[in-house]
Amino acid sequence: MNGHLDAYQSLAETVDRDEPRWAFGSSVTASGIVDTPVEIMMPVPTGAVPGDLAGYCQMLGDDALVCGHRVSEWVSNAPELEEEVALANIALDLLGQARALLARGGFVEGAGRDEDALAFWRDQAQFRNVALAELSDRLDFAHAVARLLVFSSWRFAIMRRLRNSTDPAIAAVAVTAGKELAYHRDYAVRWTLRLGDGTEESHRRMQAALDAVWPYVEELFRTSELERRLIQVGVAIDPSETRTEVSAVLDEVLAAATLSRPAVLAVGTLAGRGGRQGVHTEALGHLLAEMQSLARQHPGATW
Amino acid sequence: MSVTEQSQAWELAADFERTIAADQRIEPRDWMPAAYRATLIRQIAQHAHSEIIGMQPEGNWLLRAPSLRRKTILLAKVQDEAGHGLYLYAAAETLGIDRTELTERLITGRQKYSSIFNYPALSYADIGVIGWLVDGAAICNQVPLCRCSYGPYARAMVRICKEESFHQRQGFELLLTMANGTDEQRAMLQESVDRWWWPSLMMFGPPDVDSPNTRQSMAWGIKRHTNDELRQRFVDMTVPQAAALGVTLPDPALRWNEERQAHDFGEPDWREFAAVISGAGPCNAQRLAHRRRAHENGAWVREAATAYAAKQRARLAGQG
Repeated sequence: MNGHLDAYQSLAETVDRDEPRWAFGSSVTASGIVDTPVEIMMPVPTGAVPGDLAGYCQMLGDDALVCGHRVSEWVSNAPELEEEVALANIALDLLGQARALLARGGFVEGAGRDEDALAFWRDQAQFRNVALAELSDRLDFAHAVARLLVFSSWRFAIMRRLRNSTDPAIAAVAVTAGKELAYHRDYAVRWTLRLGDGTEESHRRMQAALDAVWPYVEELFRTSELERRLIQVGVAIDPSETRTEVSAVLDEVLAAATLSRPAVLAVGTLAGRGGRQGVHTEALGHLLAEMQSLARQHPGATW
Repeated sequence: MSVTEQSQAWELAADFERTIAADQRIEPRDWMPAAYRATLIRQIAQHAHSEIIGMQPEGNWLLRAPSLRRKTILLAKVQDEAGHGLYLYAAAETLGIDRTELTERLITGRQKYSSIFNYPALSYADIGVIGWLVDGAAICNQVPLCRCSYGPYARAMVRICKEESFHQRQGFELLLTMANGTDEQRAMLQESVDRWWWPSLMMFGPPDVDSPNTRQSMAWGIKRHTNDELRQRFVDMTVPQAAALGVTLPDPALRWNEERQAHDFGEPDWREFAAVISGAGPCNAQRLAHRRRAHENGAWVREAATAYAAKQRARLAGQG
């Protein structure tokens, strides 16, 4: 009981006695804010071109940043409180992955750009994420689940392989991300089962959501030239190698959920270019307009 | 009621009074007066609703947070609020009412939430000010609830208060950063404080002379301090913090009273308070409509989960 009174006292006796406890810095682990991991400042692995490594970090980081943004749109809109907590948690994990990867990308690029410079001051054509990450679900829960099911199954397969990357920062992110994505995938699988095998309405909506997401699956397994170069030096992995594993997971889940794998045409490239080359869907411009607006109204400001 | 039943009832009531008098906890299985139960349900539910509705003004800036660090902090905070809502609804459920019913009461306007969330969040400074002033006021109200006579509520409040005090410091830290930032940021900070100061003082409720429920709640050990005592404590705690930020609190009557060893301060606009409470605040309709929409849009999802669980049970029973 006295402990609670003390807690109150400590709030009342603030500024002049205990300034440091108020103006705390960046190591606030209890809210998922971590100190800059040391790996971010480690040297570029032998044989890797710094520009390529920076680009690869942006690809992996942008996937997480943009998809996490979409997931965070659910805050205060989820169907149940448990889903509020879970979806915010997933968004936080993805944001954490994005921050570490963008920070690494900015460091190896050597042009003085930090995570915020990359997130808030690049235009659409400089983003390197896959289209799946940026798709709007228009707050249709089935659509959010379908996107998360595919995204987390794929990213889990990618990150599991990247634990052995020769880039120490990517390898470190991959270890943590693997655990996080295993949970994200489990969450998506559980909801795919409930919605697919729930009511007639939920079955219909889940199938429609899969049909809407599926055209963007093919891009996930396309290997860019940049990735090919980094595979040679052990930094990157080949996304096409994850196809069998990801397909097997999705087939198993869809079958158990009484859903069918959509037979739809894959979205094509534009002169061979897609998200990895900065060619996006129309949705990304709107997402960035919102995400970047405040930061851009105050150039040079610190927040 | 027979004579023996009556004796038993008196004994239960005497037990309850003894527990309260000894400053011990009432637990869910203990006998309690119907009015005590009803008061707690109302208060805990209102608190839970406030956590959930309170996600909206912050959610308004989540997608526009100006740095990834600020986005992380805000997202974690909003997630904590959903978690607080969960514990509080669970605490209310120990009194024999379920969350579905409480949600129904919220979205049909039969139960209230803190009137502070009927004000809009208009700039990013508001995110910091909500942490500093609104969470600060909430902490003043809530820390004494850690000693509330009802066990499940008191225990939920211990964890909630720890997290709230963390949020308050994060809010203050954002404001301190802005105070040391550009002229635009400093102006944004002052403008936000100007809008939130009086509504924050109103969070403690009407003056003691107009607070009919306070006495009974204090006698039952649900409440530990009067509205005016808590308001005074909040003002005294906040004034030096405002000085550290270099902001002016918008109250010309605010000054240190040497004799009382406390600050004198002006009277909030109680007509505005009454209007906001009765539904005519800037955002009442918007907040409730948002909550109702989210709930209704989720109905098919909840039905699917229920149907799936029933099918799973039937399958397991079939196997057995």
